[in-house]
Amino acid sequence: MTTGIDLQGSFIKSLIDLGLPAGAAKAVWMPVPMVLMLIGATVGVLVTIWQERKISAAAQQRIGPEFMGPFGLLSPVADGIKFVFKEDIIPAKSDPWLFTLGPIIVVLPVFLSYLIVPFGENLAVTNVATGVFLWIALSSVQPIGLLMSGYASNNKYSLLGGLRAAAQSISYEIPLALAVLAVVMMSNSLSSIDIVEQQSGYGIFGWNVWRQPIGFLIFWISALAECERMPFDLPEAEEELVAGYQTEYSGMKFALYYVASYVNLVLSALLVTVLYLGGWESPIPIELLAGWLGISETSPWLEIADASLGITMTVLKAYFLVFTAILLRWTVPRVRIDQLLDLGWKFLLPVSLANLLLTAALKLAFPAAFGG
Amino acid sequence: MNLAEGVQLVSFAILAVMMIGSALGVVLFSNIVYSAFLLAGVFVSISGIYLLLNADFVATAQILIYVGAVNVLILFAIMLVNKREDFKPLPNAWVRPTMTAIVSAGLFVLLSTMVLVTPWAYSTESVSSDTTIVLIGQHFFSDFLLPFELASVLLLMAMVGAIILARREFLPDQVITPDKQQQPVLTLPERPRELVGISSDKTSNLDDSRRSE
Repeated sequence: MTTGIDLQGSFIKSLIDLGLPAGAAKAVWMPVPMVLMLIGATVGVLVTIWQERKISAAAQQRIGPEFMGPFGLLSPVADGIKFVFKEDIIPAKSDPWLFTLGPIIVVLPVFLSYLIVPFGENLAVTNVATGVFLWIALSSVQPIGLLMSGYASNNKYSLLGGLRAAAQSISYEIPLALAVLAVVMMSNSLSSIDIVEQQSGYGIFGWNVWRQPIGFLIFWISALAECERMPFDLPEAEEELVAGYQTEYSGMKFALYYVASYVNLVLSALLVTVLYLGGWESPIPIELLAGWLGISETSPWLEIADASLGITMTVLKAYFLVFTAILLRWTVPRVRIDQLLDLGWKFLLPVSLANLLLTAALKLAFPAAFGG
Repeated sequence: MNLAEGVQLVSFAILAVMMIGSALGVVLFSNIVYSAFLLAGVFVSISGIYLLLNADFVATAQILIYVGAVNVLILFAIMLVNKREDFKPLPNAWVRPTMTAIVSAGLFVLLSTMVLVTPWAYSTESVSSDTTIVLIGQHFFSDFLLPFELASVLLLMAMVGAIILARREFLPDQVITPDKQQQPVLTLPERPRELVGISSDKTSNLDDSRRSE
């Protein structure tokens, strides 16, 4: 495999050529991918909100946002501006410190998890050795923020919503982790980059979704439950709980919850892409295409095309999954809390355990196909 | 001192202050909810220190298990207990905190002398973070096999116990008060359950009970 373009190396080298010392050049580089990832995540949220409006409109045979920018593309921006200018209300008998801290604790781990999402071989913030495990650990911090805001609001609906949210995300974390474990067992690594590379080489046929169909379904269902998306959006069930833990929030603090839920959705879609749909790999491997067209693999513009194709592929696959999630939200009714917990503990957990055992058995039986 | 060392030193100082501060908060706050939330702060700063020690897997596991599971469980327990009760101030209430302070200070002195006296064998070779998981796995299945398996059995026992506790059907409070003396010691009031026989089939059992009624 070629290493592709090394943005970090060339950036630092050009800064050193400009006369900066090596340490300073590295320090200048460090925030660049982080800021880029933050901007990418925020733009991803805006796109998802617009998509949600348009698709829900289509599902209900309306037109949806139309006059704010072309095709209503600016409507999420208008949302953001509205949130910024709204009054920030802290209820009189609430606990002001915990009330403020709650949304922050919910948002932080979600954005931090973007650390491990790769868009190409060298196009990730960093290659963490514990990659996917880090994401699972970070997503387990969220319930604390939800419980905190549920308690601090001093409102029974908020408290119930917070408890529901925490119970839900704890129950679905276990099948999620077991589904990831099966993939990790096949790729012998927790790093997201290694997991993608293990799926490369055979185009669409090398993707994990063919080898882990059960795991793929378990992961996607659990990820939707973790994001509190529609079939599982019990914590915010507006007919029962007003708005769950968000009831007392307004202005920017509510916006933080809003952003966190959408970032989490995009992040889950990206991780499904990485774990099961071959990450940045295109359905037809680009080396094969280059071979057919007779282009040398090391030519510089092919590497640029490869990198941009990688980003496009990752985003395309992720947004296809986001599209299915939105379609599910507007077509599927909400489940009851006991059905939700039953599904998590009595169905997904045993199935994911069986899937793990099956993967281990297949790995021992066919080490060539299942990562020896 | 280069950039990496400076960053390490500063983050160690921040983590240490955070850890000690939030640990003191856990002990000293009278509101138990604050204590529980600050406990999460203690766990997060401990995991940061693990990260500084190149133990990235342990740091991540610390967050997953202690913050994500243990602390959430503590918070659940606090928030589900709905007992509003004003406690009477005890006489001689100062004795307990003083005793605790003395015992804790003694433990602190003991541990710090142990740290200072023990000749630590520092290894200067740096461990690559890619291999930590592999190393931990190898230790689990060779020289730490017995503790590892014992811990799993312990967890299994806890799980079975939790299921047994969760599956019992409680009688409502009003019913149990009159015949309190019939209740054996150290058991929770429970609706009498018919034990299902292994050999006999269920339908005939049901018929028998209907006939007897």
